[in-house]
Amino acid sequence: MASTTPLLSVRDLVIKFNLRGQVLTAIRGASLDLYEGETLAIVGESGSGKSVFTKSFLGMLDQNGWVDSGSIMFEGKDIAGYKSQDEWRRIRGKKISMVFQDPMTALNPLRTIGKQIEEVLELHQGLSGKHATLAAIDILSKVGIPDAQTRHKQYPHEFSGGMRQRVVIAIAMACKPKILICDEPTTALDVTIQAQILDLIRALQSDFGFTTIYITHDLGVVANVADRVAVMYAGQIIEQGTVEELFYDPRHPYSWALLSSLPQLGIKHEALYAIKGTPPNLFNPVQGDAFAPRNPNALNIDFLLEPPDFSVSPTHTVRSWLLDGRAPRLEPPPAIKALKAKYERSEQ
Amino acid sequence: MSDALLTVDKLRVEFGSSAKKRFTAVKDVSFEIMKGETFGLVGESGSGKTTIGRSIVRINELSSGRILWKGKQISGTISKELDREVVQKIQMIFQDPMASLNERAKVDYIVSEGLYNIGGFANEAERKAKVEKALLEVGLLPEFASRFPHEFSGGQRQRIGIARALIMEPELLVADEPISALDVSIRAQVLNLLSELQKKNGLTYLFIAHDLSVVRFITDRIAVINKGDIVELAETEELFEHPLHPYTKALLSAIPVPDPRQEKRKKIRIYDPACHDYSKEGPSWQEAAPGHYVLGNAAELARYREEIAGAHAAP
Ligand SMILES: Nc1ncnc2c1ncn2[C@@H]1O[C@H](COP(=O)(O)OP(=O)(O)OP(=O)(O)O)[C@@H](O)[C@H]1O
Ligand SMILES: [Mg+2]
Repeated sequence: MASTTPLLSVRDLVIKFNLRGQVLTAIRGASLDLYEGETLAIVGESGSGKSVFTKSFLGMLDQNGWVDSGSIMFEGKDIAGYKSQDEWRRIRGKKISMVFQDPMTALNPLRTIGKQIEEVLELHQGLSGKHATLAAIDILSKVGIPDAQTRHKQYPHEFSGGMRQRVVIAIAMACKPKILICDEPTTALDVTIQAQILDLIRALQSDFGFTTIYITHDLGVVANVADRVAVMYAGQIIEQGTVEELFYDPRHPYSWALLSSLPQLGIKHEALYAIKGTPPNLFNPVQGDAFAPRNPNALNIDFLLEPPDFSVSPTHTVRSWLLDGRAPRLEPPPAIKALKAKYERSEQ
Repeated sequence: MSDALLTVDKLRVEFGSSAKKRFTAVKDVSFEIMKGETFGLVGESGSGKTTIGRSIVRINELSSGRILWKGKQISGTISKELDREVVQKIQMIFQDPMASLNERAKVDYIVSEGLYNIGGFANEAERKAKVEKALLEVGLLPEFASRFPHEFSGGQRQRIGIARALIMEPELLVADEPISALDVSIRAQVLNLLSELQKKNGLTYLFIAHDLSVVRFITDRIAVINKGDIVELAETEELFEHPLHPYTKALLSAIPVPDPRQEKRKKIRIYDPACHDYSKEGPSWQEAAPGHYVLGNAAELARYREEIAGAHAAP
């Protein structure tokens, strides 16, 4: 995987917002490569920058936000420098598409499902009239809407939550994008429906051969869908690796904390591991390792100097001083060791 | 009657005025909650779990059936004293800490609201002392009393929601999806707080949730509800290890687990209601093994009993 050239390559991206005269640095130098055909999951707590980071790939930052520095290379061009909507229209919806958490807000309640798909086809593929209608019906049946012939004439409120999400996926897929970004696509859905939607995206991915980015806080979903995982904290990617590296051999104390706080890995009648404190205020400059104030085992240097990325393997990097040769060896917490032990047993 | 703290007996809740529009949200559901336990009610959205919770705290009216508190009926028309007792002793905490708090009131008022309603204090000093104690119990500083809800994070707001329930010195807390709206890292804090309070104050919980991994961690017993029917009820580990009803099996098979190998191997079962043949005999509520109840007819029950015997016999 590492040898092929990435489909999308982000380097040292910095994104800022202006909020009533104050400047907030939402993304503080994030780098990431996305490889063709893979499924990458981005995890991290609320406000860590997952949505802002990925929205910048489609020029969808809110009005008060901008890319301050860094690059986003896609098909030989640095799209981070795109300014006009004309430039973005060539990418957004066509090459890179996004599916959001709440399907209701993504759909127009006053237009039929079929019309909403046809609009996209007209805009990006120049289809019209009967051709657009037929194509829309075809896409609806591809995303598993039964009886698409009749269903395409219905309105969003006539669809259940899971079916609406299928429609949103249909719209995102309409122009056969190269990259599909799913921002919490199943958070609002029941587990059984969630499982079906994840299966659907997987099936579409193997049919159409696109690349997927999942944004989710559910590490169970990550384990299910991801080939690789990137963990975000306070606007940086602090660890990335293959899904097995991230779950069975995580190295960053924040990744440890995130996994340890899961009830699935907890021991009944004992307290769960809980991360103390709050993430840093991004209106202020962050000194050292942003996670240090919440890290019970922080080193002195964590408060002074920002750590670089350390490589654990060709696919696994960690931004923590713990990986420096001079740092003391620290045992991962019990929940992490248990997961690793279970993995090692299954290896034998 | 046993020593149940709360008994729900053939509870039925219907919505809609005319016979044509009528929708039965809860269909003759029965269960008991024992003192000191954490009882979980799980099901998908629209299954009726919130309606049951709201009937217990008497927000929703019953169409038929009864709810008993320590053996005394609290549904329908009841005496003033009993009304006061249950208003105090049964408290509810809600899913969305943002929506459930009055934005324009200070924390001091929000937390005391229930006390005002029942005249639960003799003077201002006593009320203030109670607010302070409740805030401390949930890990908030007493000086937060003079602040407004929007000045707090999601986890802190949920703590405020818990404090306003605790101030009433309840015996039963009905927690409806108390952590679903919270961020992963804060969920653990709130779960820990709930178990701590249970140990310290001897609370009983009715924990309503759709997230089965959380429910497994926190509950002692679980009832699974599907479209207004409880289909299965058992001790938590028993239910997870030996689910009987096909709906329960489908639900359990879909839970994502944070383990890539296991997750990529997993097979999801789909529940098809047509798998039941109720043409000759309809289902009834039966005990398949001690303490393990399931909805089924005689033929199904025989199968379930075999299944459970086989599973327990296996190493
Ligand atoms: N329009 C905006 N104006 C100002 N700040 C913003 C704006 N949009 C996002 N931010 C800030 O950028 C940071 C990253 O936000 P982002 O929405 O990317 O987080 P996230 O990781 O997606 O969180 P969640 O899990 O809650 O969706 C946050 O501090 C947020 O408050
Ligand atoms: Mg987001």
